[in-house]
Amino acid sequence: MKRFYGTDLPNPLMLGTAQYPSPAILEQAFRQSAAGVATVSLRREGAGGAGQTFWSMIRELGVLVLPNTAGCHTVKEAVTTAHMAREVFDTPWIKLELIGHTDSLQPDVFQLVEAARILTEDGFQVFPYTTDDLIVGERLLAAGCEVLMPWGAPIGSGRGLNNEYALRAMRAEFPDVPLVVDAGIGLPSHAAHAMELGFDAVLLNTAVARAGDPAAMAKAMALAVQAGQLAHQADPIEARDMAEASTPVIGKAFLS
Amino acid sequence: MKIVLNGESRDVRAETLSELLKECGFSGRVATAVNEDFVPSSLRIAHKLAEGDRIEVVAPMQGG
Repeated sequence: MKRFYGTDLPNPLMLGTAQYPSPAILEQAFRQSAAGVATVSLRREGAGGAGQTFWSMIRELGVLVLPNTAGCHTVKEAVTTAHMAREVFDTPWIKLELIGHTDSLQPDVFQLVEAARILTEDGFQVFPYTTDDLIVGERLLAAGCEVLMPWGAPIGSGRGLNNEYALRAMRAEFPDVPLVVDAGIGLPSHAAHAMELGFDAVLLNTAVARAGDPAAMAKAMALAVQAGQLAHQADPIEARDMAEASTPVIGKAFLS
Repeated sequence: MKIVLNGESRDVRAETLSELLKECGFSGRVATAVNEDFVPSSLRIAHKLAEGDRIEVVAPMQGG
């Protein structure tokens, strides 16, 4: 498995921490899936100190923490959020989100490249949430990113891999870059599909957190990424249009 | 002095950012920004507040 800024992931599942019915269920989902990376965020702290309780729980999970810049719409906002995240979470990792469109939450790739450049120069290790555009991918790498995280489909949509062709092209174009399908996964089959294409990890949240049984779905996702990864390593056959008998014809009894 | 803390107007006695955090009961892991600029924790003691400053105090939260 490829290394992410010099770090080995324990497995190819990155799991979000939002939208679970309760903190206890969130914890079960992480235990059941053994996800090695948790995405987290920053929000205004209230008088009750809810953030501190959440942080204690995440630390007890013993996972790698990937803070995001969710909800940011400008370079300035994203860069400031990244600095605050680095101080609070004590990590140079940042999942860089720069939202360009309200309905699709499509990344604003122009601002994304600019923010990635600024943050990389400042010592951050940027995980950019991007589209499946190859040129944008090239620009992000030129800006200093060593990981790319293209969307499968819009965040929270659960539609799976909207453009398999583009994701295949991305894998072929950047064979040595750790690639993560981030967003759009709805089912374990989607996650397995991404891994079968040769992606290095899958990042998902809503599909697990909003399932009727999040812990069970988390486990299903973990098994799916494992199966997809193994299948990719096993060099799958090419699909063909016509049948090809699998049972040998030689030696068949003559009975008519 | 009147300031805006996490979007709410407040009248506070604090003169620096670190005094403000103490006065308003923040503890643990938080990060701060004043007027949309990040202020590292090491600079909070020296950071003097001014009338009308907009202060953001953020903490770890669930995210995807």
